[in-house]
Amino acid sequence: MAARTLQQKLAILSDAAKYDASCASSGGRKRDSSDGKGLGSTGGMGICHAYAPDGRCISLLKILLTNFCIYDCAYCVNRVSSNVPRARFTVDEVVRLTIAFYRRNCIEGLFLSSGIARSPDATMAEMVEVARRLREQENFRGYIHLKTIPDCAPELVAAAGSYADRLSINVELPTDASLRRLAPEKDPATIRRAMAKVRLLGEAAGDRSLGGRQPPRFAPAGQSTQLIIGADGAADTTILEGSLRLYASYRLKRVYYSAFSPIPDAAASLPLVRPPLEREHRLYQADWLLRFYGFGLDEIASAAPGGNLPLDMDPKLSWALANRGQFPMDVNRAPRELLLRVPGLGVKVVDRIIASRRSRRIDSRALQRMGASLNRVRPFVITADWSPGALTDSASLRARLARPDAQLALL
Amino acid sequence: MTRVITLPDLDTARAWRQAARALIADGVSPDDVVWRYGEGAGDLFAEAGATSEEPAAGPSLTVPRTYAELADSVVWHSDPERFARLYAVLWHLRARAVRIDDPGDPDVARLHAMAKAVHRCQHKMKAFVRFREIGRSDSGRLQFAAWFQPSHFTLEPTAPFFARRFGDMDWRIVTPRLTASCRKGVLGFGPGAPRPQLPEDAAEALWATYFRSIFNPARLRVKAMQSQMPRKYWANMPETRVIPELVAGAGARVQAMREAAPTVPPPRAARIRARAALAEPEPAPAGGLALLRRQLSDCIRCPLHRQATQAVPGEGPADAALMIVGEQPGDQEDLAGRPFVGPAGRLFDAICAAAGLDRGAAYVTNAVKHFKFVPRGKRRLHQRPNSGEIAHCRWWLDHERALVRPRLILALGATAAEALTGSGAGILKRRGAMERTEDGTPVLLTVHPSWLLRLQDPAEQTAEERRFRTELERAVELLRARQEDGGAGAIRP
Repeated sequence: MAARTLQQKLAILSDAAKYDASCASSGGRKRDSSDGKGLGSTGGMGICHAYAPDGRCISLLKILLTNFCIYDCAYCVNRVSSNVPRARFTVDEVVRLTIAFYRRNCIEGLFLSSGIARSPDATMAEMVEVARRLREQENFRGYIHLKTIPDCAPELVAAAGSYADRLSINVELPTDASLRRLAPEKDPATIRRAMAKVRLLGEAAGDRSLGGRQPPRFAPAGQSTQLIIGADGAADTTILEGSLRLYASYRLKRVYYSAFSPIPDAAASLPLVRPPLEREHRLYQADWLLRFYGFGLDEIASAAPGGNLPLDMDPKLSWALANRGQFPMDVNRAPRELLLRVPGLGVKVVDRIIASRRSRRIDSRALQRMGASLNRVRPFVITADWSPGALTDSASLRARLARPDAQLALL
Repeated sequence: MTRVITLPDLDTARAWRQAARALIADGVSPDDVVWRYGEGAGDLFAEAGATSEEPAAGPSLTVPRTYAELADSVVWHSDPERFARLYAVLWHLRARAVRIDDPGDPDVARLHAMAKAVHRCQHKMKAFVRFREIGRSDSGRLQFAAWFQPSHFTLEPTAPFFARRFGDMDWRIVTPRLTASCRKGVLGFGPGAPRPQLPEDAAEALWATYFRSIFNPARLRVKAMQSQMPRKYWANMPETRVIPELVAGAGARVQAMREAAPTVPPPRAARIRARAALAEPEPAPAGGLALLRRQLSDCIRCPLHRQATQAVPGEGPADAALMIVGEQPGDQEDLAGRPFVGPAGRLFDAICAAAGLDRGAAYVTNAVKHFKFVPRGKRRLHQRPNSGEIAHCRWWLDHERALVRPRLILALGATAAEALTGSGAGILKRRGAMERTEDGTPVLLTVHPSWLLRLQDPAEQTAEERRFRTELERAVELLRARQEDGGAGAIRP
């Protein structure tokens, strides 16, 4: 094999990384380089520096160290049995690319992942070395996200956390059974133990010692994970139940849902389908309802026939249509937690309503000024000048509010 | 009398505050002010008459924080009416005719919308400015330059962000109205300029390669891209040149992936698999607690294994005279894979130490080996194991007892009592008493330390801790008596 140029390696190793949905660069400790001795800053909101034509944001340089892999996960483009072209970056090349793109303001930092070449420890050690070089030699103060290989040595996890802002370990599939079937070398229990380890190390770093000294930092932006949607038969409610467990058990910042997408040289055991983008979107919406809107999984499930969220409307609307007895809600009286259940009212608008009604009786125009879409909320609210009357209970409401199946439009 | 206030291009926020303060002090109604921006910044004081006072000399003005924050953003909006709108709201605020914390008010809502547009513009500037390398300064610092066309006057408020971020390089951002530059960490501003000619930068080809490769053709959603990255920004971004080609080719690429027949795995795959098959699996422990631990880690006897991180085995010497049995692992035990390391375990350790009980010499385990909980946001709420789960898990506890063969078992709480004696009922009445397992091993019953943690009344807590300690001391005594017996005979209650 002729030696590949940097350009060729970059093409192969970013192509191989694109199936990981995570790109967040938010959270973590504030740092900057205004002392003139380094490069980069982080803190607060992440920044999306570009958007690819798939609508996904490009915030970090998301690449693999190598796409050589000894594992044979059926869903993965880099599995050992695939014939995709292979490449391997040197540590130095990754460092140079990160710095070059960062200086041109193309990225917030680096998201480094890797196939398992030789052994988990050897690969993880090399990834940690990239992060160490960036921090210690280049004085890089931008964002670093390291994918963590579940079965690597604990001291490598500790070292990774000392350089990275965020660590992630992918759960990959919604149930243990599907993971065993599609990723024979991966062990769900090992993955859970690795996430537990990351949580414990993070919490230990958050405790001040008796002397009040700040302990060494450990991944201040926390950990996240990813689930592939549509590669196995798991229902949405199974997936969401798993997510709730992951959030509570390992204090994840995010669970990413990634629609299983066609890959070059796919495995015969896992035929290609159109990626279920709409389903992925509905799962994110349900995830938000569970975490920020006070919904319980039983409520989401009650509006998900057969365990799957309807695709033609968002889960909140679906729940509201199934529970019309709770509506209409009076925006001038209803408590915050009930307003959050109105389809079309988000956290921001609800907070504005609460602030505004101390000074005025809210009418439709005021509601619109605060950012609500009148067409969407009208069937479910009473304002100073509007009452939906029979509209809330009308039989045609579902048809009026449902959107035509967006999946079909993609074909 | 109409007052004409001209605000400068630079330091606009401060100049606006000064001017507004002076106008309010003079009682000038919004109808009597004409605001101008930019032309002849030096004329500000001459034209504004009374505003020529230094701000410190003028009466200070207290405004709600929300207003001050809104004003600091709205002044950078491109709407020529922005200063008039701000001043009108300030005037009405003073007359209590408007409430700044009412986002339903039309004028307040308008300011919020303008501030939002400015924030978005600043955010897009932070995101979409693209620097080109233009060489090195005399002192050896790398130099970069960019051209940008913001929708609002946002270069001045956004430039400090770039100064904080690019601390070790010199840079310049040119916009039509203003240029910001940072040399050796010192930020300065100068007049704007038309698009400068910047030298080619080889890194842009690499960046376009990255952009091309990170795009997934199976997820083509051009509208989603454009809503976040409107076309007006594309001219400045080298990667956008490949967008038409990516969009046009996406369909064919997906089609090709779908139609491609499955391939034969490369020879490498077979070699790697053979190597994996040859690798010696870790030898299974011959027997004893080590083997039990290995088997326990695969336990799927009841559904609890599905949500827990891991089964938590017992810990301690294999020939311990005392076995301590708790309920089940908690949050911390589940994460660490070790029994009694959470808050209840720490309390237990402390009381053991006070009672003279050497915990390290005891075998410590739980009646149920997986953590049972329900998720609540970021927490896991402990759930008591039911009789079915206790019965399933007794299989492990019985094996542990058979291997360790303790002379005395200390049962902490109802679940341990149920697993060891068959009944967990009425533990508060039974505590302190000696009972027996089916095979006759003496069991000293007491409460679970987590029960002590849950007591609300401090006096009750102290009293109960003392009682718990007495029970532990009793265990120590029983063991000692047993040892002095010379190892024969059973412990008698």
